[in-house]
Amino acid sequence: MIIKQISVFLENRPGTLAQVLSVLGEHNINLRAMSVADTADFGILRLVVNEPDLVEQALKGAGLAVKTTPVLAMRVSDKPGGLLAEVQKLTAAGINIEYVYAFAAPAAEEARVVLKVDDLAKAEQVMNGDKVADGGEGPNFYW
Amino acid sequence: MFWNKPIETMVRTELSAVQAARLRDTIERAYRQVPFYRSRMQAAGLLPEDIASLEHIGKLPFTTKQDMRDNYPYGLFAVPLAEIVRIHASSGTTGKPTVVGYTKRDIGIWAEVMARTLTAAGANRQSFIQVAYGYGLFTGGLGAHYGAELVGASVIPVSSGNTARQIMLMKDFGTTLLACTPSYALYIAETLGEMGLEPKDLSLRAGVFGAEPWSERMRKEIEARLSIKAIDIYGLSEIIGPGVASECECQDGLHINEDHFYPEIINPQTGETLPDGEKGELVLTTITKEGMPMIRYRTRDLTVLTHEPCACGRTLVRMGKVLGRSDDMLIIRGVNVFPSQVETVLLGLGETSPHYQLIVDREDNLDKLTVLVEVTEAMFSDEVRRLETLEHKIEAALGSVLGVSAQVRLVGPKSIERSEGKAKRVIDNRKL
Repeated sequence: MIIKQISVFLENRPGTLAQVLSVLGEHNINLRAMSVADTADFGILRLVVNEPDLVEQALKGAGLAVKTTPVLAMRVSDKPGGLLAEVQKLTAAGINIEYVYAFAAPAAEEARVVLKVDDLAKAEQVMNGDKVADGGEGPNFYW
Repeated sequence: MFWNKPIETMVRTELSAVQAARLRDTIERAYRQVPFYRSRMQAAGLLPEDIASLEHIGKLPFTTKQDMRDNYPYGLFAVPLAEIVRIHASSGTTGKPTVVGYTKRDIGIWAEVMARTLTAAGANRQSFIQVAYGYGLFTGGLGAHYGAELVGASVIPVSSGNTARQIMLMKDFGTTLLACTPSYALYIAETLGEMGLEPKDLSLRAGVFGAEPWSERMRKEIEARLSIKAIDIYGLSEIIGPGVASECECQDGLHINEDHFYPEIINPQTGETLPDGEKGELVLTTITKEGMPMIRYRTRDLTVLTHEPCACGRTLVRMGKVLGRSDDMLIIRGVNVFPSQVETVLLGLGETSPHYQLIVDREDNLDKLTVLVEVTEAMFSDEVRRLETLEHKIEAALGSVLGVSAQVRLVGPKSIERSEGKAKRVIDNRKL
């Protein structure tokens, strides 16, 4: 399914991540997933939260550069080859993955994967063909 | 050592008479040939005959770099273009260069004042002069070259760059005098050490260094590491190029070639002329130049003048080392850079914020320019490569406009300090 990911520009200096986290804390927002892409000068913090619109406004209000990006989110079974099977479907459909991050939830025996792809609509179609991708339990992927 | 002793040691009263006659001639020509000067003087209610003596020069309006831009490219020329034999230019704030033109006689005067400069640094017919200033539109290379040829020295026109080869030539050709920027001289000294060479492996005895401000401390360092005498020289393309003023062996102020350039010091805020010893902005009037006379040109360089006699015997007035600028211009690796040029580039790209800051550092004795640019929502992307592409795009645009490379660093929105008055656009960390 497609979810909203929040991206935040972070300067490469002490305290910038803490600033973002304190805004989230003030609004009582729990992080569901995050990753940082870093370069020599700056980083891009990517967040998955269950109230993306609220979080976007709150971070902008704190003077940060923020962008909401639609990304593909899916659940895969937490066993060897689980993610491979899903990625192969995207490959077969000719879809390029721009970046990916994943988290294992051992208790649920599944992992959650966030993918930025070049053709989101097509990727979602490909993934919906598989019941593992979205177990049919409604649209809440924000854990 | 003198190149032109009668002029360089002329008694003040005689020199003033020469200057007054040349000034009157210049004003007359400028009024007649250059519509810009004529309309400026008319607006001030002045006729050429109102400037009968040197004391009257203060009545004339100033000329600024903006006036040169407004008259780009040939509007300030005072002779038919057919008589112009050389064009030089320096970078301008709008991306358009500041253009200057020389007649054949102007080139001769330039060679004369540079010959004085080089001779004061110890050059003669036996010298091997390595010109490591850049050749091209920049006046450094060709100015030093023509002066060295007039002296009758052997010129090695190597231009700047390729330091290891530069040193090899210096060693093999027996270079005795080096002409380059002081920061490049220090870089050459370092490379010499890295190549396992020592000053005694070279025949170098002196260097003439200019085109950027430098300190006494830097002089001591260059002198120690290259085992030479380091002479400070001064000039600007608007006036003629290098050769406007230069130190003698006393290294105690730069003698201005007053028979060609008339100096004043003014208060940069009020425009009022200041006496000897008071710090202010140097204003120069060319009194012999044909191609493009400059009347009361505001150099923006801050310094002091003294008419105290110099131990070398020269009577020419001395200016102190340049202490700074009265505007926000930076000199980076010999190139003039204005923060407003950066602004023009950023606004021209359309997607960047007008909030920016220039940070200048000196690493390995070379200037390094970093431009901080605030990210805006419009330019922010969640993909690293898009932001890096943007950085490179800004770097390329800055490089082509500034004529010097700059490293761009994206910073968060509103992270650059805001000021209620003039924005603090520049942080210069160079220790001069």
